[in-house]
Amino acid sequence: MKRRVVVTGLGALTPIGNEVVTFWNNLIAGKSGLGYITRFDATDYPTRIAAEVKDFDSLQYIDKKEVRRTDLFVQYAIAAAKMALQDADIQIDDQNAERIGVYIGSGIGGLPTLESQHSVLMEKGPKRVSPFFIPMMIGNMASGLVSIHTGAKGPNSSSVTACASGTNSIGEAFRLIQHGDADVMLCGGTESTITPMAFAGFSSMGALSRNNDDPERASRPFDKERDGFVMGEGSGVIVLESLERAEARGARIYAEMIGYGMSADAFHLTSPAPDGNGAARSMLAAVSNAGLELTEVDYINAHGTSTPLNDLYETIAIKRAFGDHAYKLAVSSIKSMVGHLLGAAGGIEAITSVLALYHQTLPPTTNLEHPDPECDLDYVPNEMRKASLRTAISNSFGFGGHNATIAFKVYEDV
Amino acid sequence: MATTLERVQKIISEKLDVAIEEVTLEASIREDLDADSLDVVDLIMDLEDEFGLSISEEAAEKITIVKDIVTFVDGQKA
Repeated sequence: MKRRVVVTGLGALTPIGNEVVTFWNNLIAGKSGLGYITRFDATDYPTRIAAEVKDFDSLQYIDKKEVRRTDLFVQYAIAAAKMALQDADIQIDDQNAERIGVYIGSGIGGLPTLESQHSVLMEKGPKRVSPFFIPMMIGNMASGLVSIHTGAKGPNSSSVTACASGTNSIGEAFRLIQHGDADVMLCGGTESTITPMAFAGFSSMGALSRNNDDPERASRPFDKERDGFVMGEGSGVIVLESLERAEARGARIYAEMIGYGMSADAFHLTSPAPDGNGAARSMLAAVSNAGLELTEVDYINAHGTSTPLNDLYETIAIKRAFGDHAYKLAVSSIKSMVGHLLGAAGGIEAITSVLALYHQTLPPTTNLEHPDPECDLDYVPNEMRKASLRTAISNSFGFGGHNATIAFKVYEDV
Repeated sequence: MATTLERVQKIISEKLDVAIEEVTLEASIREDLDADSLDVVDLIMDLEDEFGLSISEEAAEKITIVKDIVTFVDGQKA
């Protein structure tokens, strides 16, 4: 028999808030975290806008020496994980450490380190490449270092599925608790790639918005004038816990996690499948795994990247999966406010889905000013809305055709 | 002009995040100053840059306390 799993802690570092409460308050207020790039001189780049984390003080979470030995995506994960643990009121000690694990994904890993060390190689030769280059760059290091900094000695891994990394990581962590491999998992995603190579590469693909004149309105999921995604950064980590353990210690329960599904498009390097088949099967798999009827799904936290293709094909996929019910449920994309956090997106969007249930509030899709006739669902346009919600699912889709969906439900003591 | 010791102290202090006063001649780089094997490699690179010299792997292996660095650097300059 599978064990029940609940969410008991949340930690977030985002372009609109360096902890969960601020993040959520700004989300429902429709505040934008987008602006001009400050991390590097983007003057000559076709896209000069991003959603950066502001005023992050890594020394709040790790010491100076460790800051020097870790890339930002790892520092963000450590910060989010420590906040989530504190929020859950869990202290890791010798008695419980082996039953507490970590599953935090990153889509890209330490690109800033790769770029700076490649410059060292070119300018000074191989003998000057830092011994920290490899351990700072590899994407699994978020999970590795979170275990070192928290003492969690249980299952430890990470999913690398591009923009689905965070959602896949939470899904895999959910199963580890369901199947008894761990009692608590710190899981989610992290990313920080506001770098010259990332902007050059994503720009060459034509994936980024070029709305440089109006950054706060550049990310406009499901709007007719959307022209690409805006890169964000940050980390979202949640504490999943077996219901048994959470109840025994009288923990605050935000929501129950009830399902996980995934699929592959088997179609194209970067484009989602036009018929929405893969994304629809991912949603159906999660709903089925959760033991829900399709009509029981109240809210979909969409992948909603603001690229012309994603938003159209995701809409098609939702209709394909849910039929008439697609027009009755609510759909929204917080990427309108925080941009696309790539591998971290699934982490902060899981937090959003959980808080939507906890507060019975739908966060809006902002910048939805010119309806696209082909995107005709209820996207909670521009203003948050109070609603009676019982279940929510969260979608993430990654380059390579990875589709992942996780499902949550209001916690009911039955 | 700063002495060799002062320059070494400054580099080690910044690199390993320890107070200058802790970087005494007799301080063990690994044990007293808490450097791991990667820190040591990184430190050697900085020392090479600072003093404009090359420290071979054999020479690096012989360095255990701060005094070993000062002696090596002064020996190279002589």
